[in-house]
Amino acid sequence: MKHVQIIQKPCIKSGNHTACGECQASCQSACKTSCTVANQKCAKEEK
Amino acid sequence: MIHAFRFQDLNVLLDVESGAIHTLDDAAFAVVQALESGKDAYSIGVKNETVAEVIADLNELRENGAYEAEAGNAPEVTGGTAIKSMCLHVAHDCNLRCRYCFASTGDFHGARMLMTPETGRRALDFLIQRSGTRKHLEVDLFGGEPLMNWDVCKQLVAYGRELERKHGKVIHFTITTNCVALDDEKIDFINREMHNVVISLDGRKEVHDALRPTVNGKGSFDIILRNAQKLVATRGDREYYIRGTFTRNNLDFLEDVKALTGYGFHQISIEPVVLPEESPYSLKEEHLLRIDREYDALAEYYVNARKGRDTWFNYFHFMFDPEGGPCLRKRINGCGAGTEYIAVTPDGDLYPCHQFVGMSEWKLGNLDSPDLRTDLQKSFLGCNVCTKEICRNCWAKYYCSGGCMANAVLYGGALEHPHEISCHLMRKRTECAIGAYVKER
Repeated sequence: MKHVQIIQKPCIKSGNHTACGECQASCQSACKTSCTVANQKCAKEEK
Repeated sequence: MIHAFRFQDLNVLLDVESGAIHTLDDAAFAVVQALESGKDAYSIGVKNETVAEVIADLNELRENGAYEAEAGNAPEVTGGTAIKSMCLHVAHDCNLRCRYCFASTGDFHGARMLMTPETGRRALDFLIQRSGTRKHLEVDLFGGEPLMNWDVCKQLVAYGRELERKHGKVIHFTITTNCVALDDEKIDFINREMHNVVISLDGRKEVHDALRPTVNGKGSFDIILRNAQKLVATRGDREYYIRGTFTRNNLDFLEDVKALTGYGFHQISIEPVVLPEESPYSLKEEHLLRIDREYDALAEYYVNARKGRDTWFNYFHFMFDPEGGPCLRKRINGCGAGTEYIAVTPDGDLYPCHQFVGMSEWKLGNLDSPDLRTDLQKSFLGCNVCTKEICRNCWAKYYCSGGCMANAVLYGGALEHPHEISCHLMRKRTECAIGAYVKER
């Protein structure tokens, strides 16, 4: 492509292999007031 | 849905539903903006031949699911409404009197009290009973100041380890502390047993001491810094965060981040205060442009600092790992307050999260009674970025996940109405996070 550079391919995971629910609750990580999930990790692989 | 924005010298395009990220040259950025605003892309002063090339590029992205992608289907989480995360209020008391404290300097608008070991054990039993098939559980030792009830903290960790063995669970204990009462014995225990430590320290001494006096009215900065540095120096690779707060008094909070890195900390989270508008420390709409500029400056500092081995640091809200990030279901449902996440007070009352504690209309139940208020739980379950109109149409929905439910109630007026100032700040931080990620590639 001439005018666009791909930095990140589609990455939001959906489907039956997701939603295990084992990941950390976002509010428990550091913030305790301004929750976000952008900086959370999927726990499926590491656990 | 897409979001195109400028970050430093970059034109960035986020494809919302797929999470794909692209950079555009100036012509492509102009064409995308024209298309988004319903204008004729051939009438914006870009050469027709160039416009055609850009549209061809966008069509190629679209064919690969990386531009204007359709929304995916988020499956129901395995394990239903199991509780996996508990905020254990071991102390409704504190040795500081922070002027912006959401918890009314530790008493949560009630009596100053400590949790008994019996109540703590019953809380952990409750967590195990309600955790269903979840293997990994979290318990945050919280307050007030949890170190004021240290023996109970230790007893509960020991009891938690027994429960792990008995029930085949893994409990990640964390602690949120101001470090004032920290000593060598506590540091050893924390570094051995706590999966993460959240340390509250606001940055520059004058900023911190102005709003965070001790009970006796003295500044708390010196003792906190000394103890926090000792803890972090002996923590090795285990997780910690220096968690500060900025108010309207320090809209130049980049200077506080710089101060924290200068003290030797590398894991930093400086959060905007959320208070009623009439508070002398609250952030208001008139502050937003100034804060946006500060986040831009922080992002530039962050990107440059991370190039150096000695200057590298992590900033909680700029952390961004698209490949290793959460699944769609997590992005839609967010913090899990009231369903997956629950707070327990010293007298055994159960609330959707720590921020709801003391709001009797949001009390879910008590450890004495086995049943939680299912009507409240249904309200939380039914409140997510797909059901909230303001979130459904927001480009940042999968990065914010709907924001803080308690802030919505307290400052937005209802569970379904996110706090607008928090939304603005979240969008700005998300742009910075994505932009910094692109810069580091």
